[in-house]
Amino acid sequence: MPTIFQTSGFLILFPFVAALLVFAQRKDTKFRRGTVIVSGFLIMAASVYTALGILIGGSSVQAPFKPDPIDLYHISECVILGGEIFLLLVVIILSFKHKKIYCALLGMLGTIPVVALEIGGYFPEQETALRLDPLSAVMFLIAGVVGPLICMYAVGYMSDYHHHHTNVQDRTNVFLSLLFVFLGGMFGLISSDSLTWIYFFWEITSVCSFLLIGYTRTGEAINNSFRALWMNLLGGCGFAGGILALLILDGGRVNSLSVLMQQTRENPVVMLAVTLFAFAALTKSAQFPFSRWLLGAMVAPTPSSALLHSATMVKIGVYMLIRLSPLFTHTFTGIMITVIGGFTFFAASLLAISQHDGKKVLAYSTISNLGLITACAGTGTTEGVWAAVMLMLFHAVSKSLLFQTVGDIENIMGSRDIEDMHGLVIKLPRLALIMMIGICGMFMAPFGMLVSKWAALKAFVDSQSVWLVIFLVFGSGSTLFYWAKWLGKICTVIHQSVNLDDSTHGSELISMVPLTGLIVVMCFAFPWMSDYIVQPVLDATFAMKVPNVVGGADTIIMMIMVAMIFIVPLGSRFLSLGARDRMTMSYVAGVNAGDDRHYIDSFGKSRPLYLANWYMEDYFGEKRLLWPSIGISAVIVILMVLIVMGGVF
Amino acid sequence: MTLEIVIRVALYIVLAPIIGGLLEGVDRVISARMQGRQGPPLLQPFYDLNKLLHKQTIVVNSIQVLFIMAYLIFTVFTGALFFGGGDLLLVVFSLSMSEVMLVLSAYSVNGPYSAMGAQRELLQMMCYEPMLLLLAIGFYVAQGSFMVNDLISLDRPAVIALPGMLIGFAFILIIKLRKSPFDLSTSHHAHQEMVKGLTTDISGRDMGLVELAEWYDTTLMMGLICLFFVTADPISYLFGVIACAVIFFLITLIDNTHPRVKAMRMLGLSWIVVLVCAGTNLLILNLVL
Repeated sequence: MPTIFQTSGFLILFPFVAALLVFAQRKDTKFRRGTVIVSGFLIMAASVYTALGILIGGSSVQAPFKPDPIDLYHISECVILGGEIFLLLVVIILSFKHKKIYCALLGMLGTIPVVALEIGGYFPEQETALRLDPLSAVMFLIAGVVGPLICMYAVGYMSDYHHHHTNVQDRTNVFLSLLFVFLGGMFGLISSDSLTWIYFFWEITSVCSFLLIGYTRTGEAINNSFRALWMNLLGGCGFAGGILALLILDGGRVNSLSVLMQQTRENPVVMLAVTLFAFAALTKSAQFPFSRWLLGAMVAPTPSSALLHSATMVKIGVYMLIRLSPLFTHTFTGIMITVIGGFTFFAASLLAISQHDGKKVLAYSTISNLGLITACAGTGTTEGVWAAVMLMLFHAVSKSLLFQTVGDIENIMGSRDIEDMHGLVIKLPRLALIMMIGICGMFMAPFGMLVSKWAALKAFVDSQSVWLVIFLVFGSGSTLFYWAKWLGKICTVIHQSVNLDDSTHGSELISMVPLTGLIVVMCFAFPWMSDYIVQPVLDATFAMKVPNVVGGADTIIMMIMVAMIFIVPLGSRFLSLGARDRMTMSYVAGVNAGDDRHYIDSFGKSRPLYLANWYMEDYFGEKRLLWPSIGISAVIVILMVLIVMGGVF
Repeated sequence: MTLEIVIRVALYIVLAPIIGGLLEGVDRVISARMQGRQGPPLLQPFYDLNKLLHKQTIVVNSIQVLFIMAYLIFTVFTGALFFGGGDLLLVVFSLSMSEVMLVLSAYSVNGPYSAMGAQRELLQMMCYEPMLLLLAIGFYVAQGSFMVNDLISLDRPAVIALPGMLIGFAFILIIKLRKSPFDLSTSHHAHQEMVKGLTTDISGRDMGLVELAEWYDTTLMMGLICLFFVTADPISYLFGVIACAVIFFLITLIDNTHPRVKAMRMLGLSWIVVLVCAGTNLLILNLVL
């Protein structure tokens, strides 16, 4: 049997190989489809194997690790150095090509000092390079299960996409291979312990997301992709700044995550580095004021949005924050991170109310949920981290499913506007059901997100962050509003509606059916997940045995609720069997025109009836709320960085 | 212990609709007196319910029936959770789930009045949801537990620590019970420009079930008021009942004296009241404790 370090090595390298294989096949052949699907399943199997190995093996396999023999280590160092320079060149060339010089400058600002010091040999010899612990296992599960599913979905989606968007040049091979490169970078990031290695993988994901967003090469796509690039490169500068601070001000003692975690919170230099890493994490997780890149990312084909929003990109930021969370406990940085997270949760959920583009609602909801996870991690308490990990798991599954459904609906109906999803339950029953489960997974009571939100509330109360509690309760109110009205739109039954031709590809179903199943299974499995997945994370993160967060009695009630959700439909079907109900049209003040979508106006003419949802743009519109939110949060972020710097100098 | 919970839940399931129905009867009698009318007999709501349950039901689609059933079942479940002594936060979450079911039933019929009512109901939920959550948190901070069982066996009533919460809760109760000036989504009064709003397309047996669920809901709300006053001392239950009576009377009075407000005014007003009363209360509590 291979060791988990071998499989994690495989996971880091194999996606790049798969990417090359896919890239080499320009034509949409069966063989290319097969390559993607087989590679996807291989990655999935390896990640589940690795994750289970870590979780079952316990602390014996979790020790930091240095590749052996030493040559292998040196070779990987050289590869990474080369990779960093290559990424920088890509950024510089594309920036100059599209006359966005500032991106090139930001890229150089972050990468050149790190690379120069590395070449000059200023970094002390690494103690460790890789480390696999329960948090990595969680990330392996998220990226390694949801990620490949999205790649498989992309196969069917992209052929439909180019069928509808004939003006976009078909570069599906590039697109698919970028998805795999992204996964490779992701696996590298979550198994690395060395800070410079993490920095390299961090930049891979930045550049990959930039290339994915710019896929269609329209003016809007290019603008949005550069926005994503500069914000993420700024975060990269922050990360590099953290590494340099540790090297220059602290003598390079601390050069890996595991050593960083052993530092005390009293050392101002360590806290400066932690703050800069957290700053980088905020950009990756698209927290306010850096949210606009994620909103712009939706111009790209749906699989890339699904990947960025659920399994990879934004999860990297919160992954870093959860890693650092023991250092946040009762520190200024921790408080500021929680405030930014809480504020983002609230502001993004208000903004989501005013959106009727399905993808944009999903984008705001991602930002909002990520805000909650950020806030949880920022509290630095065990309950906070419990909630953060749970939220991360549930969010990854629900959100990727929702993106995929919206993408499919767009391919079939030619629109992803929520208003056009009116009566979806009749038009596309299968997709509507999948979407309903996805939406319920995001906000309804017994489903995972809400359970985790509940733990988050407890965490905030226990850590005495009253302001956060207030952000959370008001944010919950608006979250309910925007999800429920979407759900209502889908549930509307229009009689005599045409059943649209559901042309969902097999490869798309390969992805969507398991994800739907996962949401349902995770509802039932959540006590088990808490015991065997999240508790080990807590034990490892806080380096002590942590008491169980959610009590037994509540879990039982929760199980009853989940069971009821599935029993009620059956039960009410059974109860209404014998009833002799008369069917009628809905009430339209007595002027129905024979069906439920026309009415007779005052001239006796039949007119179509159109029911719109409320969006309240005057109150919650982007025009009114977006820039003030960005302004407020920018001030908080700048204050945080300046004050922590002031502590050092 | 388990037996006691079962008895309490059983009592709740039997008594709650009676209490809820009586409260509605009282409300109608008092309202009539305020308007200088004779008004219906006290038991009129029960006669109405009986009649509704025996009428032929007219439905728009079968999904509608499903959601209404779910609404009733989850509402009863929520109350059972509360009176059985469960977790307050879970009660709040489960309550909002049951409300969403009602909203979905209105959405499903594709009628203009129902759809309007559904949007308005969602907005009303957005108004009171924060307060309900804050209420649960307030109890936790002041009394140290989310469990109703623990909260009723303390020796100091919660209202001493949570006066602001009580005011905030009484305020959102007007929204929750859909009384004027916040009866936007549906109303028992005749002057309703959107017919019956949320429940326009519900009739017969289904309407009866909705009424029944509302009675369960009203009883649960009264239970929440009582929770502010109840201690280990049995006499404290009397104070709870008195408080319920006072607040219920005030709500009826406001219902009869205030015209309906616009939706966004309701949202602004309720969030400000909640923030000022409950938020400040929580802040002070956190500083003191």
